Amino acid sequence: MSALSVTMPQADVRWNPPARGPVGMYGLIAAESAIFTIFVVAYLFYMGKSVAGPQPRDVLHVPVFLTICLLSSSITIHAAVRSLRTGSVRRFALWWLLTIVLGAIFLAGTAQEWHHLIYDEGLTIQTNLFGTTYYSLVGLHAFHVTVGLLALAIVSLFTILGHIRQEHAERAEVLSMYWHFVDTVWVVVFIVVYMVGR
Amino acid sequence: MSTESIASPIPDVEPRPLVDQLHQWVTTVDHKRLGILYIVYALVFLVIGGLEATIMRIQLMRPHNDFVSPEVFNRMFTMHGTTMIFFVAMPLVFGFGNYLIPLMIGARDMAFPRLNAFSFWMTAFGGLLLYFSFLGGDGLYGAGNAPDVGWFAYAPLTSQTFSRGHSTDFWILSLLVSGFGSVGTAINIIATILCMRCPGMTLGRMPLLAWLNLTMAGLVILAVSPLTAAQVMLLIDRYLGAHFFDTQAGGSAVIWMHFFWIFGHPEVYVLVIPAFAFASEIIPVFSRKPIFGYPVMVAATLCIGFIGMSVWAHHMFTVGMGAGANTFFVLSTMAIAVPTGIKIFNWLATMWGGQIHFKTPMLFCTGFLFQFLIAGLTGVMLSVAPFNWQLSGSYFVVAHFHYVIVGAILFTTFGAFYYWFPKMSGRMYSEALGKLHFWLFIIGFHLTFDFMHIPGILGMPRRIYTYEPGRGWDLWNLIVTIGVFFQAAGVLVFAGNLVWSYLRGEFAGSDPWDAWTLEWSTTSPPPSYNFAVIPKVKSRRPLWDLKHPEDPDWHYE
Amino acid sequence: MTEKSGDNSRCGMLSALLIACGLAVTVFAEPAPPSWSPTSIFAPVSTPAQSILDLSVFVLTVTGAIFVVVFSLLAYAVVKFRKRGADSGEPAQVYGSTQVELAWTVIPILIVVILFLATARVIASIQNAVHPGNAMEVTVIGHQFWWEYRYPALKVVTANELHIPVGEPIILTLLSADTDHSFWVPRLGGKTDLIPNHPNSMWMDPRETGLYLGQCAQYCGTQHAKMLLRVIVQTREEFDRWIQEQSRPTEVGDNVSEGQKIFERTACVNCHAVAGTAAKGRYGPDLTHLMSRTTIASGAAPNTLENLRRWMQDPSVIKPGSKMPAMGLSNPELNALTAYLGTLR
Repeated sequence: MSALSVTMPQADVRWNPPARGPVGMYGLIAAESAIFTIFVVAYLFYMGKSVAGPQPRDVLHVPVFLTICLLSSSITIHAAVRSLRTGSVRRFALWWLLTIVLGAIFLAGTAQEWHHLIYDEGLTIQTNLFGTTYYSLVGLHAFHVTVGLLALAIVSLFTILGHIRQEHAERAEVLSMYWHFVDTVWVVVFIVVYMVGR
Repeated sequence: MSTESIASPIPDVEPRPLVDQLHQWVTTVDHKRLGILYIVYALVFLVIGGLEATIMRIQLMRPHNDFVSPEVFNRMFTMHGTTMIFFVAMPLVFGFGNYLIPLMIGARDMAFPRLNAFSFWMTAFGGLLLYFSFLGGDGLYGAGNAPDVGWFAYAPLTSQTFSRGHSTDFWILSLLVSGFGSVGTAINIIATILCMRCPGMTLGRMPLLAWLNLTMAGLVILAVSPLTAAQVMLLIDRYLGAHFFDTQAGGSAVIWMHFFWIFGHPEVYVLVIPAFAFASEIIPVFSRKPIFGYPVMVAATLCIGFIGMSVWAHHMFTVGMGAGANTFFVLSTMAIAVPTGIKIFNWLATMWGGQIHFKTPMLFCTGFLFQFLIAGLTGVMLSVAPFNWQLSGSYFVVAHFHYVIVGAILFTTFGAFYYWFPKMSGRMYSEALGKLHFWLFIIGFHLTFDFMHIPGILGMPRRIYTYEPGRGWDLWNLIVTIGVFFQAAGVLVFAGNLVWSYLRGEFAGSDPWDAWTLEWSTTSPPPSYNFAVIPKVKSRRPLWDLKHPEDPDWHYE
Repeated sequence: MTEKSGDNSRCGMLSALLIACGLAVTVFAEPAPPSWSPTSIFAPVSTPAQSILDLSVFVLTVTGAIFVVVFSLLAYAVVKFRKRGADSGEPAQVYGSTQVELAWTVIPILIVVILFLATARVIASIQNAVHPGNAMEVTVIGHQFWWEYRYPALKVVTANELHIPVGEPIILTLLSADTDHSFWVPRLGGKTDLIPNHPNSMWMDPRETGLYLGQCAQYCGTQHAKMLLRVIVQTREEFDRWIQEQSRPTEVGDNVSEGQKIFERTACVNCHAVAGTAAKGRYGPDLTHLMSRTTIASGAAPNTLENLRRWMQDPSVIKPGSKMPAMGLSNPELNALTAYLGTLR
């Protein structure tokens, strides 16, 4: 039997499947959420169980400023994508750069906090269960921020080189979804580590 | 079914030089080629895993045997389990999924072809990394020998204290790497199925294989990630001095078990759901009827996926959870038997009133039905926690899960091989050799895995390199070992059939089975672009509609 | 196209499954006599094991009935609906049937409810059992690859052979010194794991005296296979006598034997304890009453002087991967040590 031609005269339903970029990114976000959930569960499970060493309420300071920076970066990246949708590449570039700056401030602040914890408070990943779960959870998040910043920086580079145009707004939006995810994870980490855990 | 002789669809051109061909294979992003790469990779590791099993079975043939040392035996069961799950079963699942999904939904390729290739190579590299461990040990740079901590690597056996050297690190890293590949493929499958279906193919009209692979992909995303997290934690414990599973510092060995089984249980659904998909495509075609109860089959699959995330601690009934926790997991595990049983009834009802052609694919699927029934019932026995307190950690459990993985999954996968081999290669396999494979294999399967239940009931634990005489285990172990050789013979016949048929089989044509889904509408093998024109469909069986314009499915759906 | 294949597949499958059925019936029909297997889960002598057996028979009956029904339907379908030469055209295309599908959803749900309730009852009866306040407690500590037993109220420490009196509930507290283990003596009860930093508890009340066998059921390393269990259930008088013997310290005469000197001088004392002497090591088994045991190395070999000597010379000959190293002793040293150990009754 030779290959059949399967074309029907017309499809009987309106055909509008979703775009694959956002669906793929949602898939990635789901997988990453599952990973973070396990680290959060470990943090909660081991809360209060450290046998010795510094305890959260003794050494943790609530990072209000850093949180404001990171959460604002969600607003700035949203503004950037909106700008690109309407075609203003220059405004897009500026909002995008501001996002990177805010994210970088967050990372620098985290590094500062860790320096203080390690050298002044003597809390390392080896010290006790609190140290183990704190550094791994916050560190995993910081790692995701770093990867996000790298991706954002590459886009900034392409913008400077003139390769970004209005038609890339969808892709910028997909990348911004990742950034929003990273910020949402920070909200969860913040609540678990700096509010519930202290 | 058509039996006219077919002209070769493959154009008569000068073959390209070998280097070019290999380069094409290594750099391909075509879902069909990646699918075949996954499948061939899996077959190679199937043989290797089978050899590991054979070594174990020879050692256990009689009590106090000394075929291999305890150290080697412990590596064998660790590597056998890890290989079969991660480098045979999962690549088979992803390989067939990759090959078939775009064809069955009328797409030209997967949603993200380059991610597809990346995922395959990650998985492939993971397997090679795991096997590199054998080269380590006292010789090569002292890098460590093959892991010997069991495929679920319970803490604290995996800590630096109890697992010196790097053998455990090979286990962790190889699975971490291949895990990224698995998640990548899962994301790809979901995006492909949701975004790339051809016009008219609503979710309610896509083949069951697509629904089942969609569910499987969702489970991979939710289940493999916890394993990744747990393995990162174990690495941090081993190398940065962390205390996740360090019982001396207040850490918990039980929490490793929770994290592992939150992965480990959905993982078995990841493996069995595509097996259901094969059965759901093959049984209707060879019974000449549509699948009975398509909507309920979809609903049951989604139920299995959902409930499957809540049963994990039935692997932990003996660790000392309280009565409340044990009771909950009994309930969730028994609950999942309902949608699973429903599927068996639906397959049965599909065959009922049909005209069953017992070609090789259908033989394997029929064996699957009988065997999956038994496997499911021993699963119900194991879900009864007090009964589990006797049976867990024994050969009864080993028999149960091999009944599922070999008796159900491998059987339907063999069925899938025979069913889609004509599509993938353009040639028909030898039906006589196919039947010989079936009979050799099913005899060996039952010799090994039916009788394996008995030593479990008589008190034989698993993962022991030898056992005491006088416990009533000897005869059964011998019979179990004998079955291995029948299975090996079957697999050899299978490999021979594949090779011989690929080179010399009759040309198959595009639709040798008179089937109804879109992959049979294109040539065998399909061109790289799959379809000359993207199809538009109006029902679940577009080819039935074309072949039976007087009685199309869309009158009834 | 040959249709014999349908016949063959039916015959072959039926006979294979009939064999399996027959086997299942003989295995499950009644408790296996202990002589057939001393570790059968179907020959309980203790209440938890008996409750498990009663529940399992019920479960096996239910699943057996399901099996017979569904198997028969499958076998019938395979035979009745195979394609015959005379058939032409396609059979009636049936897409589903709400009533049938409802029936085969509701009935399994009912079966699940029944099985669940039966199970929940037995879980509670075993895990939440209330014991008399004076029930004897034994602490079991799992090691790689041997069992330590401590009777806290009776101040007795021993290894590898658990003695308990018949006819009363005994509570085992399960701890681990290193990695995960599992205590499984099928005739006395289901298994419970020994997990470090996670104490567990189980109970048993054997109603017949005798020797009950089992082994570690959670992979714990190289010699998991030879971490054997021996539980000796005795009458009250015999048990009390055994306790008395175990409570006696060794007699240390003025004439401290050559063997004892070697024992105390070499690394033996780092791991082993002998009550009443300088040996107070806790890493390895307590040897105070070594000769009262029938086996050594947690059941890996019978306890004879010759085996003791072989063991001390090189443990890997009997149990490769055991944590006890070969001490590199000379022949005269081995002879003296063996003689000394032989006095530890």
